[in-house]
Amino acid sequence: MIGADANGRFRPRDRNWQPKALTPTYKSSRLRSPTQPLIAFPSSPSEETGPIFGHDRIGPLDHDLIRNFARPGESPIGPRLIVHGQVRDQSGHPVSGALIEVWQANSGGRYRHRNESYLAPLDPNFGGCGRTVTDDKGRYEFATIQPGPYPWPNGPNDWRPAHIHFSLFGHSFAQRLITQMYFEGDPHIALCPIVGAIEDPAAVAALVAPLDMSRTLPMDSRAYRFDIVLRGRFQTPFENRGDGL
Amino acid sequence: MTGRQEDVLRESPSQTAGPYLHIGCTPSLEGIRSDGGDLGREMWTGAAPRDPIEIHGVIYDGVGDPLRDAMVEFWQADAAGAFAAPVAGGDEPSCNGWARRVTDPKTGLWQLTTVKPGRVSWGDGQLQAPHISVWIVARGINVGLNTRLYFEDEPGPNALDPVLSSLRPLRRDETLLARSTGTARYHFDIRLQGPDETVFFDI
Repeated sequence: MIGADANGRFRPRDRNWQPKALTPTYKSSRLRSPTQPLIAFPSSPSEETGPIFGHDRIGPLDHDLIRNFARPGESPIGPRLIVHGQVRDQSGHPVSGALIEVWQANSGGRYRHRNESYLAPLDPNFGGCGRTVTDDKGRYEFATIQPGPYPWPNGPNDWRPAHIHFSLFGHSFAQRLITQMYFEGDPHIALCPIVGAIEDPAAVAALVAPLDMSRTLPMDSRAYRFDIVLRGRFQTPFENRGDGL
Repeated sequence: MTGRQEDVLRESPSQTAGPYLHIGCTPSLEGIRSDGGDLGREMWTGAAPRDPIEIHGVIYDGVGDPLRDAMVEFWQADAAGAFAAPVAGGDEPSCNGWARRVTDPKTGLWQLTTVKPGRVSWGDGQLQAPHISVWIVARGINVGLNTRLYFEDEPGPNALDPVLSSLRPLRRDETLLARSTGTARYHFDIRLQGPDETVFFDI
């Protein structure tokens, strides 16, 4: 039997919950989706280990997109927001020390990127990039402005719902995840081919952040809560996949 | 069986990294940070490694065009087969084993300077052949793709490697071999589709 350590092997990804590789209404997936089935094997040290991201790698304004690109005394245009949440694994344990990197469009729906050509203007006070490391309870918080929806070349008239890209690095390379956070009540969510790559409505709902009045800063910023679940391990060696390759 | 399955939370669904991942992951390339603070620039911190190797590669789509907007991440053991140990107090390990590269916007090429990793355990006394874990995200990729880079010039360890051995009957093991192109130089192409489609893993 494959040796089972106390922490257990990683649970396999639920490929019916996750989007499929080929989702033809999202055109870019057609030529970039593997056609052969994925090959499974039990996680080994190569998958179960990962780099450590100390808080010392993170600058004091890295989590504050309102201030980290703005000229002195100025701030970006757009509704001020706090985006916060907790990162847990599938067993419900908080994931401390997780690296979270975010990127987003400005309030007009324009990204600060060399390949971006949308006619909405850049905001001289908004870079759209942030990062942080979760605390000992797995919690994180960003200050930002509400990104705008924007059109993109896919179908003849596709628009992305307002969203924030999230990149997550937990404790193991096997936990690596990139996803997007959407905003409660946005009618574009149901129309978007990228969101539509996810088949299960409950899975889509897991990416829709609700307004969180309890964390709103009166006369300053509204708050949205976005909790994230990274892959977890089997709890006991007994549960491990022991059948190998 | 234990009923515990019902207590397990669902992993957050993945979404594509999209075409603008550089803003968040390599912001200095977009002029957003000028302090060179991008994470994962170097596989090693501190003194330069002894016996460095250089690896190049291109990721091709289903019609053979290079992906010019992808990000590749690498995770590996050091030359002795040890992974970077957790360090208390947020101190930085001198060898972090992790790096990320974005593909060149014109050619699609990525380039990594590292050391050849040592052999790591498979968990039952077996050793794996030297390899680097690879993770690929890009526009059009809904869930990040996991694969492995092995080395063509390690035939002995490769022959015994449990992952490569499982692929040999399928005649797909060679898609994971980086080709030797000179002294301490390797080339590793990844093909997302086609007859030589790279093996991707559900790990």
